Amino acid sequence: MIVEFRCISKAFGAVKANDSVSLSVPEASIQAIVGENGAGKSTLMKILSGYLCPDSGQILLDGKAVRINSPACALRLGIGMLHQDPLDFSPLTVLDNFILGSPSRFVPNRRKALEDLAGLAGRLGFSLSPDARIDALTVGERQQLEILRLLWLGAKVLILDEPTTGISLPQKEKLFVALKTLAAEGMSIFFVSHKLEDVESLCGKAAVLRQGILAGTMEQPFDSKELVRMMFGKDLGPATRSCRENGKPQPCFNLEVKNASMDGTRFRMKGIGLQVQAGEVIGLAGMEGSGQELFLGACGGLVPTSGGAICLGNAGKAMTGRTYHDFQGSGVGYLPAARLEKGLVPGLNLAEHYVLANRMPGFFIDRDKALDLADSRIAAFNIKGGPESPAESLSGGNQQRLLLSLLPDNLSLILIEHPTRGLDVESTIYVWAKLKERCAQGASIIFISSDLDEILQYSDRVMVFFAGNVTPPLDAESLNVQRLGELIGGKGWEALQGKKEAHQENKELEHA
Amino acid sequence: MNSSPILAGLAGVLSSAAPILFAVIGETISELGGVLNLSMNGMILLSAMGGFAASLATGSILLGFLAGAAIGALVSLIVAFSSITLKQSQVAVGFVLALLCRDLSYFLGSQIMGQTAPRLNLLPIPFLCNLPIIGPLLFNHDIMTYASFILVIVSWFHIERTTPGLMLKGIGENPRAAYVRGANVNRLRYIYTVVGGAIAGLAGPLYSLSVKAGWKGTISGLDGIGWIVLSITIFGGWTPFRAALGAYLFAFLQWLGLILQPVMPNVPSQVLQVAPFPLMILTLLLVNISNAEWMERSLSRLPVPVRRDILKVLHSLNAKPPASLGVPFDDES
Ligand SMILES: Nc1ncnc2c1ncn2[C@@H]1O[C@H](COP(=O)(O)OP(=O)(O)OP(=O)(O)O)[C@@H](O)[C@H]1O
Ligand SMILES: [Mg+2]
Repeated sequence: MIVEFRCISKAFGAVKANDSVSLSVPEASIQAIVGENGAGKSTLMKILSGYLCPDSGQILLDGKAVRINSPACALRLGIGMLHQDPLDFSPLTVLDNFILGSPSRFVPNRRKALEDLAGLAGRLGFSLSPDARIDALTVGERQQLEILRLLWLGAKVLILDEPTTGISLPQKEKLFVALKTLAAEGMSIFFVSHKLEDVESLCGKAAVLRQGILAGTMEQPFDSKELVRMMFGKDLGPATRSCRENGKPQPCFNLEVKNASMDGTRFRMKGIGLQVQAGEVIGLAGMEGSGQELFLGACGGLVPTSGGAICLGNAGKAMTGRTYHDFQGSGVGYLPAARLEKGLVPGLNLAEHYVLANRMPGFFIDRDKALDLADSRIAAFNIKGGPESPAESLSGGNQQRLLLSLLPDNLSLILIEHPTRGLDVESTIYVWAKLKERCAQGASIIFISSDLDEILQYSDRVMVFFAGNVTPPLDAESLNVQRLGELIGGKGWEALQGKKEAHQENKELEHA
Repeated sequence: MNSSPILAGLAGVLSSAAPILFAVIGETISELGGVLNLSMNGMILLSAMGGFAASLATGSILLGFLAGAAIGALVSLIVAFSSITLKQSQVAVGFVLALLCRDLSYFLGSQIMGQTAPRLNLLPIPFLCNLPIIGPLLFNHDIMTYASFILVIVSWFHIERTTPGLMLKGIGENPRAAYVRGANVNRLRYIYTVVGGAIAGLAGPLYSLSVKAGWKGTISGLDGIGWIVLSITIFGGWTPFRAALGAYLFAFLQWLGLILQPVMPNVPSQVLQVAPFPLMILTLLLVNISNAEWMERSLSRLPVPVRRDILKVLHSLNAKPPASLGVPFDDES
């Protein structure tokens, strides 16, 4: 289907999220929509999918003007959208999620739905167990299910809003193959992303949004420099390298994990050991749900350990069995991936967040002081928003900046899940620059990421997780994307096993 | 037959649990859709009084029950309007309504106190009621008790097996996702809240026309039932069969209190009468205890195999409420 936007505008209060955007997309093509955080990409896609109504402008399908006033209406016209945050029902099964919302009889025909699901999944090379509950799936699998569901309902236009954040490399490859198949069959696909490599390998055309305005379009082959210039209005310098180069880490430990074990729902992890020096960055790699979340939680007192010990600081203060509150008191900060659900308080504005985060002494809130404080933090962290704007109205990138700005100053250990998930290139560089500042001041960082480049670029040492197995900390410089990808997929562990044993023997020798 | 008093007692448990069942299923339906109807206690009292008054005035039992359902629907319409349309706190509105309806029922019912209205008759089912054991247990009841059995099955079927039932779970779980899949979330919430209220409203006349026939104002013994209903809804994990189990458990405990009284003369009778209430709360606590973080922490000191078994049992009992229970929904467009 040919999709045409004509002068689409949408404002939220004073913010012009889309300002007279015009764009035409032919069928059988993959169109990239790129732009910095808050540029209005999601807004434009939500308008096409009927989730938002434009203030003015028109949408034409195959040359005919249509009014799309609800997501259901969009789907009837053949437009399906995969939202930035998965919109599904976590306690229900895969099959129930598949059926829910389909125009079926009073008692749904489960057998037929099951067959259709299996057929579609087979065609695109996805494998989903129909009886699994959604909360046991990875983000990637939830996406696959949603794509299958939209196809089942007859979508001819598929919108994917940042589908590659939070999925593993093999899942991404599978997704791309599937998308190319679909495009070849005549489907029009919109692909919103911050990752220019993804855009380059997948899309035929790219449209760049900047502050709600269509800044330009480009066709294959892309000139990434030019794309970046269109997105940000300036060139971006190279990202800072690992901080090892900034000087040798001091012989001072911020965290020691000794032979720790943890119980996951699907596996048990044993014998994890790690010593983190001040200024060091440790990356945790692995497919979602391979155990890295448990380990990071245990380092912050959020997940109970079932054996071993966790000690903080150079003195090795034993923290096993303590609560997150105690960890916090000892200089540990934790940034969760689900920003809005776990990290921020929806409904409170930025100034209130700063007051809550204990940056204000005293019992009563001094409003003027709170606003001043908020203003200075907002300026320091370059957040797009005012002291009075509620946390949930910020775009994803700005929510992440807000979280960072809430961290107390004197932390010795910062634990982060997906520090730059959903952030544009500029914000990513910015966030890491801020984190590196902390490292230079003597803090250590442990972070989870599904972006292998990020892991290799920013960590000093890497631990790889696979179904509850953990590698010993590996030097980042000895790894490359391919080797890391293999380890994540469970390949090449035998070689490590030998190393690990040798490693342990060495230690025993040292002790003896 | 030696067992017949016990059998009769157990049959009594089934019929005295019937009103609780209606109320619990009604509340479950409403909560599955995302609306917490806290007014249950006052609503049951008001519909008990209203249903009694209606059948007293007309001589018709049917009209009594209809009046009860209408009152339930009306009260829950107020809850729905204030929480869905006005987006007010469901807790505040429900709580105030619970108190208001209770006092209203005492006030309006003062003139008809102690009068006699028609009573629901037993309706033994021919042939089936002569079967040994299950005959007297299951097939010698009034029509509303049979209806309560059917209600459990029908509501289970609706919630677990039909397309609209799936959507009902959807709007309570993630209304935004349900909206994207074509549901008119707020209209559905209205419908299910009012339908749930009407079903729960049948509990009132079932008390005043059958289980505890008559209207005796403050000493009707109905005050407090509504709160237990709310806790049984949680115990039931928002599924009809488990909810039914909870209702029967509560009725069974009440019956035990009655038959234990002569056996344990030293225990004040009030203790035995009130005991089912804290006992019910206790089971509720046990069922949901694995949610608590301190529980996990204290369990983490146990040896692994023991802990794993305990956790398995606890997790299987544990039920999560609809994720958007009590959260109003706004479509952004
Ligand atoms: N519901 C809303 N209420 C108020 N402002 C909003 C709302 N949704 C979006 N905005 C604002 O509109 C602008 C564009 O937002 P949009 O979500 O389209 O950005 P985006 O390009 O998708 O960014 P990101 O890459 O961070 O997802 C932002 O400034 C955002 O704060
Ligand atoms: Mg977006």
